[in-house]
Amino acid sequence: MASRARAGNVGRSVPRLEGPEKVEGRARYVDDLRFPGMLHGRTIRAPHPCGRLRAVRLGPGGLPLGLVVVGPRDIPGDNVIATIEDDQPALAWGEIRHAEEPVLLLAHADREALWAIPAEVDMIPGTPVFDPLASPRVFKQIRIAKGDAAAALRRAPVVVEGEYRTGAQEHVYIEPQGVIAVPENGGITIHGSLQCPYYVHKALCRLLRLPPDKVRVIQVETGGGFGGKEDYPSVIAGHAALLALKARRPVKMVYDRGEDMRATTKRHPSIVRLRSAFSRDGTLLALEAQVVMDGGAYVTLSPVVLSRGVLHASGPYRCPAVAIEGRAVMTNTPPNGAFRGFGAPQTLFAIEAHMDRCAQQLGIDPVKLREKNAFRPGDVTATGQKLPKDTAALPVLREAVRRSDYHRKRIAWAGTGRGIGLSLFFHGSGFTGAGEVRLASKASLELTPKGVRILVASTEIGQGTRTMLAQIVADTLGWPLSAVEVAPADTGLVPDSGPTVASRTCMIVGGILQKAARELKRKLGRAKPAQYLARHGALVVTGQYEKPAEIQWDEERYRGDAYGTYGWGCDVVELEVDPVTREVRPLKLTAVQEIGKAIHPGLARGQVEGGSAQGLGWALSEEVVMRDGRMANAQLTNYMVPTTKDTPEMDVTILGLGYRHGPFGAKGLGELPMDGPAPAVVNALRHAGFDVREVPATPERLLRCASR
Amino acid sequence: MRFTLNGKPVAVDAPPMKRLLDVLREECGLTGTKEGCGEGECGACTVLLDGAPVNSCLVPVAHAEGAKVTTIEGLRGHDKLQRAFVTEGGAQCGICTPGFVVAASTLPRGASLEAVQEGLAGNLCRCTGYAGIYRAVAAARGGGKSAKKKAKR
Amino acid sequence: MKTAASALHLLRPESPAQALQWMRERAPLQPLAGGTDLYVALNFGTCPARAFLDLSRLGAWRGIKVERDGGLRIGALATFAEIRDHKGVAKALPALCAAAREIGGAQIQNRATIAGNLANASPAADSAPVLLAADAVVELVSVSGVRRVPVAEFFLGYRRTALQPDELIQAVVIPTPPRAGQWYFRKVGTRAANAISKVVFCGVRGPQPRIALGSVGPVPLRARRAEAALAAGEPVETAVAALQQDIAPIDDLRSTAEYRRFVAAGLLRQFWERTASPVRRPVRRR
Repeated sequence: MASRARAGNVGRSVPRLEGPEKVEGRARYVDDLRFPGMLHGRTIRAPHPCGRLRAVRLGPGGLPLGLVVVGPRDIPGDNVIATIEDDQPALAWGEIRHAEEPVLLLAHADREALWAIPAEVDMIPGTPVFDPLASPRVFKQIRIAKGDAAAALRRAPVVVEGEYRTGAQEHVYIEPQGVIAVPENGGITIHGSLQCPYYVHKALCRLLRLPPDKVRVIQVETGGGFGGKEDYPSVIAGHAALLALKARRPVKMVYDRGEDMRATTKRHPSIVRLRSAFSRDGTLLALEAQVVMDGGAYVTLSPVVLSRGVLHASGPYRCPAVAIEGRAVMTNTPPNGAFRGFGAPQTLFAIEAHMDRCAQQLGIDPVKLREKNAFRPGDVTATGQKLPKDTAALPVLREAVRRSDYHRKRIAWAGTGRGIGLSLFFHGSGFTGAGEVRLASKASLELTPKGVRILVASTEIGQGTRTMLAQIVADTLGWPLSAVEVAPADTGLVPDSGPTVASRTCMIVGGILQKAARELKRKLGRAKPAQYLARHGALVVTGQYEKPAEIQWDEERYRGDAYGTYGWGCDVVELEVDPVTREVRPLKLTAVQEIGKAIHPGLARGQVEGGSAQGLGWALSEEVVMRDGRMANAQLTNYMVPTTKDTPEMDVTILGLGYRHGPFGAKGLGELPMDGPAPAVVNALRHAGFDVREVPATPERLLRCASR
Repeated sequence: MRFTLNGKPVAVDAPPMKRLLDVLREECGLTGTKEGCGEGECGACTVLLDGAPVNSCLVPVAHAEGAKVTTIEGLRGHDKLQRAFVTEGGAQCGICTPGFVVAASTLPRGASLEAVQEGLAGNLCRCTGYAGIYRAVAAARGGGKSAKKKAKR
Repeated sequence: MKTAASALHLLRPESPAQALQWMRERAPLQPLAGGTDLYVALNFGTCPARAFLDLSRLGAWRGIKVERDGGLRIGALATFAEIRDHKGVAKALPALCAAAREIGGAQIQNRATIAGNLANASPAADSAPVLLAADAVVELVSVSGVRRVPVAEFFLGYRRTALQPDELIQAVVIPTPPRAGQWYFRKVGTRAANAISKVVFCGVRGPQPRIALGSVGPVPLRARRAEAALAAGEPVETAVAALQQDIAPIDDLRSTAEYRRFVAAGLLRQFWERTASPVRRPVRRR
């Protein structure tokens, strides 16, 4: 090891560590693994969206020899998927709350024989609720209040109101959900496609009534997550584990695309009503927001999704009086869950679409209106957070407007069928409020003869976690990248670094690792790793999250520093509407995003490009069609994710103002790019003459919306 | 069933209607070819059948009889393309990558951006927004410029 | 795959004669060409057939021939990649090349056949409106002989065709050189590529205008009332009104009846506008 080698990996686009395996087809995903004696698992699911389960019948016909059947009574522990509340059973019995709810599990060595077994689920159907506004059950309600919004709205000279809706979105990670459960050492080992090994670990200890050391969760190469593999893996891993423990053999459970789309989580559909008050010169005086999120049948992560939603509902704007009321409600559809952005894209869609309507009503240019009201450093948010120096709303706005030649096109394209629109947005990095304190994440570094090994539960799901964390550690130690290896995300090896969600891995876990690396360096002194190991034996340094002193949050009153810091973005979308077919063709997306510091500019750019494409899909073509509580278009033929020809040219600029508590100044990034495209699209459509307040803005919807 | 797999003759004992995808993964142990949808939409299972890209989830192994089948594991002479997928951000989670690399290997050198888009329209990627994939193809094989005149802006 | 592959039988005839004999004697057999539709159903476990007849070895039914009179004879097993890249087709019937280019991605075009697209009888079959507008004829063959059925009479109802249980398609014939007149083709799909059509429109403007559409009824259809209105020299809006009588679109997973009627009307106007000048325009792809 050349320990004197000049540091300088951070800020450079070094080749990603696991790249060669992926491009040569050597990377092993869960469906590529086989274990001796392995069985295949199958889930029998409820046919109706609600009612009472009477019986599950297998057959007619003989059942194959060696068939393993698991019902609720075979569950050794609590029949719950442990997340926030204990309302969701691993296997339903009695009450059924959504179609596709799992009721019975089967496993067999022969996959063909397994799928040939006829299964009938006998239910007394009930009366389902699908409209979130008519839901009788509120999972979570949150209020945020600053000043007297009602009074300001009464007095203001200009009041604009509107309702904005967003649809569900399917993750379409190209690798469907899958795990293999292996009974071993008196417990269970899970090999799975997942984002959060310790979430699965916690859920399994509860379900199987096993002590923590008897449950081991190993993330294998994961073919995309986007939040979809945050909560659901606890369900599928639980099922596979129940089968494996009963069969005493490994059980592989891999969903096909149809089952994955019908049964697993989606982005929460939302309905947001806004009322805003302005002075005649366009100064925002007050904002009132009512946010409703459709949680689906069980609580799962809905309270936190709602929390992030309401915390972004007033947008990146200074406003003296704000009243936000948010509700996550139950409907009889499969539970909605985490999806990149986690509630923020929904409320940011509303406020950003609303701002262009406000600009129109005020007769002010949308950029001017935003410039006038956008947060500056030192401004105070709806929760009373004083914004830090790295508040970058104006820099991203100005750069995006300049790069896209927004003003000229805005005039030149009027009445041509082309449109240009923008959105200004922000995204809180890391867990909300006191979340990081509760998580108390840990990350370790282990000295190896050649250098150091990173031990974290943060998962590589395509975003480049391993590479980016290795860069942070290498530069903190002043060592070359080749001296740093990254252990697999295996709960048997690594500490609980918290989940790989919420744009927290780089800023939070990277920060803990940076601290650990400094500590390691201090302990090592002038010794080389091999020398140190020879003299003192093994060395593992573990860092833990420490809250910066100035961050204060009051969970009861929703007051204080909602997030440590925020990333900032401005997207400009240029598009063309076909006059004959109302098909919308995006021509170009200009994204300017401020993320503190890009540890790896290439990976950061990839996050922005990929997140933006996903946002454009949500905005234009991705529509989950529900019929009687079931996804009716659960095929990639009928659920339209963007292809090469649907995705426009993207001009990405990354700014970095630095965040003093982030490693090398880094903030969070992963979710930010998801927030901007949808409102920029509808604002461009507004410019092209279409008053659309709902996404996806399909041609069918454009036909219905009154032309302006 | 006999065919040529990645340049070597192989004989497999499989039902004729078994999907080529399953035969490659289960009988031949080549798991680089992935299943993403089972309906010919995502292209993750792309292999070359006598040099032409096909979705192996829609091909009975019977149709491989006597043919040349090339999978990601046997793709020769495309190291530059594969490296470019790593360096240019063409691969993120990697599950679609083998299908993209196999499909991209059949694109003509110096292809315009539109030709690349057309040639890869049968492959879905959910991570990259395709931009990194275009950069990778252009870096390895030249071209990648838009052939269309810049629209009047 | 949800269907058990080991329970499926595949007969592999070496000649058309053998294939036809087996179709008669071993019925019911599900013919298998490129498999791009059948395997989707097999993967989903929704294909009822258990015995299949493999057409892949029937060399005689491959290939595309330009006839001396300028017509085309397209073998049943011609793939859309072959059609897409065929110079003779490009010259005689460019709309068919355009349709072929929009059927799935390259992987699908390399496998899917013209006969499969017709026999599957999807109302959204992209090649069908072009063949309808070209007055193409399907050659159906059984041990009893050959029947020539105009494409317009081939589709009997939703997913139902004129094929008898023992018949196979051996070729699609475009009997007369279709170049008289100006052609227009446009597919409006669920996205810009690799899409299922919401409306497909093919029109040819000549002394007798011919108009065919897909995805606007239970079968791909000729818009006879609209054609008559245009042939009679009526204003285009009269033809648009007549077209609404010709079609019977529905709401489904991919679109709405309202949208399909709106688009069909718009495409008819666009067709008429773009073919107004005698200069032959290239087929519009988007």
